Amino acid sequence: MGSRSRKSKYTTVSIPVTLYNRIKKLIEGTGFANVSQFVIYVLREVVVEYERAKEAEEPFSEEERERIIEKLRRLGYI
Amino acid sequence: MVSRPHGGRLVNRVVSGRRREALLAEARELHKIEVSMDIASDIRNIAYGAYSPLTGFLTSDDYEHVLHDMRLSDDTPWTIPIVLDVSREELGDVREGDDVALTLGGEAIAIMRVEDIYGWDKEEHARSVYKTKDPAHPGVRKTYGMKELLIGGPLDLIKEVSYAGFEKYSLNPAETRVLFKEKGWKTIVAFQTRNVPHLGHEYVQKAALTFVDGLLIHPLVGWKKRGDYRDEVIVAAYEALIKHYYPRDSVVFSVLWMQMRYAGPREAVHHAIVRKNFGCTHFIVGRDHAGVGNYYGPYEAWDIFSEFPDLGITPLFIRESFYCRKCGGMVNAKICPHGDEYRVRISGTKIRQMIMAGKKPPETMMRPEVAEVVLRFKNPFVE
Repeated sequence: MGSRSRKSKYTTVSIPVTLYNRIKKLIEGTGFANVSQFVIYVLREVVVEYERAKEAEEPFSEEERERIIEKLRRLGYI
Repeated sequence: MVSRPHGGRLVNRVVSGRRREALLAEARELHKIEVSMDIASDIRNIAYGAYSPLTGFLTSDDYEHVLHDMRLSDDTPWTIPIVLDVSREELGDVREGDDVALTLGGEAIAIMRVEDIYGWDKEEHARSVYKTKDPAHPGVRKTYGMKELLIGGPLDLIKEVSYAGFEKYSLNPAETRVLFKEKGWKTIVAFQTRNVPHLGHEYVQKAALTFVDGLLIHPLVGWKKRGDYRDEVIVAAYEALIKHYYPRDSVVFSVLWMQMRYAGPREAVHHAIVRKNFGCTHFIVGRDHAGVGNYYGPYEAWDIFSEFPDLGITPLFIRESFYCRKCGGMVNAKICPHGDEYRVRISGTKIRQMIMAGKKPPETMMRPEVAEVVLRFKNPFVE
């Protein structure tokens, strides 16, 4: 049976202290509780953009697309 | 470009041709686990990619991450645990690594590789997903009624399953993606619903449609709680609304076979993810979206989206609307300067009561063509 972990797992990455201080100042009075929370948010936003740029558009073959179009016609969608 | 599938790849676990024949034969020899209609809908949604990137029911690692972080173990946003519960008796001698046949009404519909068998804490599940342990909550009540073990692992669909009666409107994600492309739509807003449409719904749909290329009206069919509208009533009501009040070239109506969980904010994100897989770029998030009773704050389902900068579908938060007699139409508080004496609040509960009493809701609340269709049903509500 699988093991069960109860808490989120984290690891440490290093950023320059100057950047840390800059972010700390930036997030004062915002909804971000600490620098880590801000960095996680920003990284996720950036990472998804990179992933999007790397991936191909659609996974269908031309044959599959034709079959779907035929069905859509039959059902009156196009 | 339509939305990129969640996790980057549209999952396809539908087996066809010779491989299907082989798996059908294999299924006859495998240990069988009978599933409910709700689980069958999850199987279908996994196989056709509506739940991309899931390729099967959650294993314990993903389950724990979804429960506590609202993400899969690879960090992909995912808020509702898609799980398969079994009893020890049903599981029999099955071990991790075995294949099992998932059956519906005794017929094998899928083959699943059991990668993980694990216990779960139903109260913890309820608290995390539904934010309450109260058995009066329909989702919690259902959770408490589930079996003691969960099994996770990838599956292959070997027999088509569908929700009877709505085949005409059951488009899968690959089909809507092709359809949107054929129509030349690049931006598509999805509207999730489990209700018959009133003027407030029409207002938010059209407000959103003003800024995008197309609208997907995508009601859920499948299990709903007592007192909700029956599926066939919702479909008939929308047919009437679209016929009389929507431009044909900017709206697509299709149904999604998926159970309502009433998990409020978490389910709002889930609904958005699923519509992203159908190719939508925007998603309308309602006030108290997927809520029930007073378990969630009215705008909790809006706030939760701020935790997902990487969701990949844009949530649209459209203010509550009302009919203003002075303006002579549907408006919201931001654009209408008139006082309460002119405003007709549209309450779903009030409309339901009128329909129950056989009365036609006024035209300031519901289109007459829609009201007539709903009133034609002897009992429009789930019993």
